[in-house]
Amino acid sequence: MKDLLIGNAAVARGLYEAGCKVVSSYPGTPSTEITEFAAEYDEIYCEWAPNEKVAMEVAFGASLNGARSFCGMKHVGLNVAADPLFTLSYTGVNGGLVIAVADDPGMHSSQNEQDSRHYAIAAKVPMLEPADSEEAYEFAKAAFDISEQFDTPVILRMCTRIAHSQSLVEVGERAERDNIPYVKNGAKFIMMPGNAKKRHPVVEERTLKLTEFAETSPLNRVEAGGTDLGIICSGTCYQYVKEVFGDSVSVLKLGMVNPLPVEKIKAFAATVKRLVVIEELDGVIETHCKSIGVNVEGKELFTNIGEFSQKTIAKAFGLEDKAHETIETAVPLRPPVMCAGCPHRGMYYTLAKNKITVLGDIGCYTLGAQPPLSAIDSTLCMGASVSGIHGFNKASNNADSGKTVCVIGDSTFMHSGMTGLVNIAYNNSNSTVIILDNSITGMTGHQQNPTTGYNIKGDPAAKVDLETLCHAIGINRVRVVDPYNLAECEKALKEELAADEASVIISRRPCVLLKYVKTNPPVKVDKDKCKSCKMCMKLGCPAISIHNGKADIDATLCVGCDVCKQLCPFGAIESPVCNS
Amino acid sequence: MFKHMNTTSVMIVGVGGQGSLLASKLLGRLLVNEGYDVKVSEVHGMSQRGGSVVTYVRFGDKVYSPVIETGEADYIISFEKLETARYVECLKTDGKIVVNTQQIDPMPVITGASQYPENILDEVSAKGVHVDALDALALAEKAGSLKTVNIVLMGRLAKHFGIAYDKWIKAIEQTVAPKFVEMNKKAFELGYSFGD
Repeated sequence: MKDLLIGNAAVARGLYEAGCKVVSSYPGTPSTEITEFAAEYDEIYCEWAPNEKVAMEVAFGASLNGARSFCGMKHVGLNVAADPLFTLSYTGVNGGLVIAVADDPGMHSSQNEQDSRHYAIAAKVPMLEPADSEEAYEFAKAAFDISEQFDTPVILRMCTRIAHSQSLVEVGERAERDNIPYVKNGAKFIMMPGNAKKRHPVVEERTLKLTEFAETSPLNRVEAGGTDLGIICSGTCYQYVKEVFGDSVSVLKLGMVNPLPVEKIKAFAATVKRLVVIEELDGVIETHCKSIGVNVEGKELFTNIGEFSQKTIAKAFGLEDKAHETIETAVPLRPPVMCAGCPHRGMYYTLAKNKITVLGDIGCYTLGAQPPLSAIDSTLCMGASVSGIHGFNKASNNADSGKTVCVIGDSTFMHSGMTGLVNIAYNNSNSTVIILDNSITGMTGHQQNPTTGYNIKGDPAAKVDLETLCHAIGINRVRVVDPYNLAECEKALKEELAADEASVIISRRPCVLLKYVKTNPPVKVDKDKCKSCKMCMKLGCPAISIHNGKADIDATLCVGCDVCKQLCPFGAIESPVCNS
Repeated sequence: MFKHMNTTSVMIVGVGGQGSLLASKLLGRLLVNEGYDVKVSEVHGMSQRGGSVVTYVRFGDKVYSPVIETGEADYIISFEKLETARYVECLKTDGKIVVNTQQIDPMPVITGASQYPENILDEVSAKGVHVDALDALALAEKAGSLKTVNIVLMGRLAKHFGIAYDKWIKAIEQTVAPKFVEMNKKAFELGYSFGD
């Protein structure tokens, strides 16, 4: 029986069957579900690490001690883990080590669309790229074999369309493996200059061997379809090519995208009159082809921006759009918004009302940038809010510190915000840091983190005490507010901005979508009392709209957080009377 | 012009949080049971938070692309009126739309930056597109929970879809948690027989 699995679940199945024993990851769309599904197998030890660098180093340690190990992350997570990656390439492995990195062409849920293949090239490690769930499953298993055969970490490159598309997978059984015994080997695993100098030639030699492997491996296959047109592609682009051309063109389908074969490409090129490389994002395969003297068309036909589809390919070959209808009326956009009852809203309203400059960070709370709150001034990467505000305040010798804050979520603070706070304390800026503590990793779909008190299995775990941590770092002024209480938020904000030293405000209330959170009955608008002042509309709550000139609250969305009630100057918003 | 044509394409569109995930899960189960090659594609993460969401379901002897493009959808199942209009260009000219007549104002409408277009479904119908509109929310309430709106709509799709009623019921039993099966069967029936 075949199962319909998303690509990420298929990777998890592959890890399981390959005998993987240790998985450490940090959540990031579109990679998160690999680790969530892996955690469902009791034979695999799984954890959420505080960040991707920690996760990769955990995988390294497990590999060193002879177990097959894995870490998963989104493309920008690999930036965080780049430090261990580049030297892991030198040390190689003991037990097989596989790294999944999920790119996000089109930026469905990301701050950039960097192409992870550059990392494989720069770090000189092999990279496999599946084109559907079946391959995600097969390649995850193959990656461990390659890792151990060639003594190298292996990157499995996913992308949004592979990670989050379901297709059929024929699954097998787990092959249990004993750990490869650990034997002390400083020349291989202690990367100080004397040893590293000897390891670099090993890496170069390995790349030559992997290139030979790429020439003959079934991971790279030719599907012959005539001599007029040959297409070289990998991953999701393969599916689009087959959709448009079926079997009418010849295809060199690359499952291993680093290192790329040389002779195989030359031989394929010799069989066709016209040769085109089709790849999302950068022209990596195209550049390789040109460097080995194979003349191809590529980025002159295809953009290096955004996600492709069959339409992209059809258009590049001059095929017309399929017949369809369009309507003339403009359809308003429907951007994502913070949920009704989101605990971040009260704090953002307070910041917007006081016209505060806000350095933002990565998470659900990035949505505070959207109108009508428009409460955020910058978003760069995980942790950059806390480090950034320090620079912002140093630039003006703290002249702006009374009207500037940064906001960061609990999980992001654990990831890379706390090192920035150490810098604020150590190098003494008058910065105000707001930790939006909703007690969960929200945007990626509710993963536990070191501040929640639970681990990936939902079992009780050590819980970071944020107040104590901030004090220990050297911040004297640490206070906790309830973001559902607007007066409390404003008082804390004004006092901490006025203070002559760094401070932390922990805006604490669990995400309203958490199952254990009890919500209140919806509030109602007394239409007679409503004066249509639209103060409540400033919150950007999806439950509140104006109907027939008066405020209206959608009872199916409202969770009775009462923030709008505090804002109404006419007392027109009322909680239901409790009769019990 | 396209060489690979024997794939049937269904788009499920709506607003994040409306339950399209279960609808695509049910449809995927049904089609796997029927022995088709199937691909189901959706985007998780940022796009879920009350934003516009779209799920692609494609099936046939062999499915390649997981996504549906302009003029390729045989069916669009729309959980909300405006989303029908947003994706209508993906429909084949002889395709069918099943739409819940619910209106959910997007944030630009709530803030007054945009207008929710009036009579948007009439404009879609006027193009000669087959539109089957129903108040699925009211039927879901009748079935016992507003959350069954997804299954009401799948019941309505079943009316047009050409796979036997009992096979859908079997797929519901395989997809829905046991304690909710009866309620969802009722929701399915209400959608299926709407207007009979």
